[in-house]
Amino acid sequence: MSKKFTYADAIRQAISEEMDANSDVFMIGEDVGESGGVFGVSQGLWEKHGAHQMWDTPISEEAIVGAAVGAAMMGARPIAEIMFSDFSMLAMDMIVNQAAKLHYMTGGQLSMPLVIRMVTGEGGSTSAQHSQSLEAMFTQVPGLKVVAPSTPEEAKGLLRQAIQDPDPVIFFEHKLLYGSSGGSTGETVPDEPMRFGKGRIRREGSDVTIVSYLRTLNHTLKAAEKLAEDGISAEVWDPRTLVPFDHDGLSASIKKTGRLVIAHEAPIRGGFGAEIAAWAAGECFDDLKAPVVRIGAQNSPIPYSPVLEDAVLPRPASIEQTVRNFMHQHG
Amino acid sequence: MTESQDKTREERLELFRQMLCIRRFEEKAARLRAKGLIPGFLHPYIGQEAVAVGICDQLQDSDVLTSTHRGHGHMLARGAEPRRMYAELYARKTGYNGSKGGSLHMIDRERGFLGANGIVGGGIPLATGAALQLHRQKSEGIAVTFFGDGATNEGSFHESLNLASLWKLPILYVCENNLYGEFTRQDQHQSIKDIADRAASYGMTGVIADGNDVEEMSKVAAAAAARARKGEGPTLIEAKTYRHRGHFEGDMAKYRPKDEVEHWMSRDPIDLYSVRLIEEFSVSEDELQAVRDAVEKQLGEAAEWANEQPYPDPSESTEDVYVDNYEGAALR
Repeated sequence: MSKKFTYADAIRQAISEEMDANSDVFMIGEDVGESGGVFGVSQGLWEKHGAHQMWDTPISEEAIVGAAVGAAMMGARPIAEIMFSDFSMLAMDMIVNQAAKLHYMTGGQLSMPLVIRMVTGEGGSTSAQHSQSLEAMFTQVPGLKVVAPSTPEEAKGLLRQAIQDPDPVIFFEHKLLYGSSGGSTGETVPDEPMRFGKGRIRREGSDVTIVSYLRTLNHTLKAAEKLAEDGISAEVWDPRTLVPFDHDGLSASIKKTGRLVIAHEAPIRGGFGAEIAAWAAGECFDDLKAPVVRIGAQNSPIPYSPVLEDAVLPRPASIEQTVRNFMHQHG
Repeated sequence: MTESQDKTREERLELFRQMLCIRRFEEKAARLRAKGLIPGFLHPYIGQEAVAVGICDQLQDSDVLTSTHRGHGHMLARGAEPRRMYAELYARKTGYNGSKGGSLHMIDRERGFLGANGIVGGGIPLATGAALQLHRQKSEGIAVTFFGDGATNEGSFHESLNLASLWKLPILYVCENNLYGEFTRQDQHQSIKDIADRAASYGMTGVIADGNDVEEMSKVAAAAAARARKGEGPTLIEAKTYRHRGHFEGDMAKYRPKDEVEHWMSRDPIDLYSVRLIEEFSVSEDELQAVRDAVEKQLGEAAEWANEQPYPDPSESTEDVYVDNYEGAALR
């Protein structure tokens, strides 16, 4: 195939293959069907799978997710789409109070094999209500699983796993990654679902472990290249799934490097990096030679202005600078 | 299931029995809670029995329903076992939810009772989704969701009715208007008097019914269920009724005027139906007493059985967080 396999292609294929395998898999969301999705991710799926598996809804996030939860209670495997993760706030009761808890509260009588795909992150001046990274809102809720793929192959494998998973999965797709085709593992077979809870070393290193995911991972890789020129060997590690998290994989890397930095797009305060940092400071204390450092967005909403956006969000240069300073102090 | 007009004496006695069973179950639960045997909240369904029993009278095996925080009545009307309900209230592991849910989240999946809900309006989108799946499967089944007047001001109500109407989903939206959303009287929480009027704004059929007349509720349910099963879409049924007790057990409901309470108490659905049974359907007082005695006996045994049930082991607190917890990783 001469055309590049993009992140969007990967997601589309995962959905289509799972729909072919099981007629109880269906998509539900705004403009996902006939229009092919506002980002073109579901292009062609309505023609291929029909209205039975592709449900275009009014603008009603609570009902979209709630209906998906109700259908899942009856044995369906719905994939609800939230057009911008920011809009998930309108569906939080259905996600947090219902989906996350129904299997537990009912003593196991109800299962919730639901996927909620959320389009996340900066979009380039898409402003404060269309640019957020809200992973920590969901990692904080027991009963949910949270997945954040960074490459096309992983997006496909993880989404297929999510659809087959018997529990509710929040599946984050970064809007600026849709057109990307990089980061091939060279090892994974795209047709296999990828079991959660296994991270991946994206770049081997020995001086510091940098945990990063979604689009920030690409910034971190660029920063690592620059750092290498100065003799700083950064190991860049992608968790791939936030819940369940690959604690063993990260411990092994920390054992190797002795230093931990976490870089994500979400605001630093209370971001998922805080959870990783606290865990590492406790569980990996004997292996750590330095304090744990977190890199993330400034604690402010995301501004419209490109100049201000660059000041708020982590960039390759700012990640590089922070790690360089850290290594000067603790290297 | 028969049309209400063709009910046999036995069927009518059964409606009476079901309402009485709910009434006595709730009264007993309140006493047990006062004795310290039931922790947490109870939201008694007392006074609204005709709605649950009347509506469920028209449901088939493949139908499903969702309910509210005031859910014991619907659950019993669907045929759930009182002893397993008491066991759940007593927080024993053989209760319906394995002691993980309690009153607010009780469920009997086998009987199509998809759960009470602790969020006002929370069950409405869920039932809508259940109806969507029934529709996708071309099932004969329909979904029913119960909610109060208070819930009709939640966004979940509006979003769900709009969606169900648009997609012609097989669902009954049953509003039990008991004139109070928690402590607030209806005329203080919405500008309209008849909630069924809202149906028109969703392009849906709206029906007002006497929620204290069990046979009227059954008739209304029959028509709405037939509509749903034929693919003609949802109905909003507004049952005018009243709760005898406060919002929760312990709430003295001082916010309700004395004459209003007295008026509704005089319209007790079970008393009304007993009178009808005797005067119109030649049921004897002895027959009614036999039903009362049987209900007392059943509930006494149920509570006893429940009290003998084992407590969960503390280690069970981490079970059922997920179906697949990835060898424990998802719990860390």
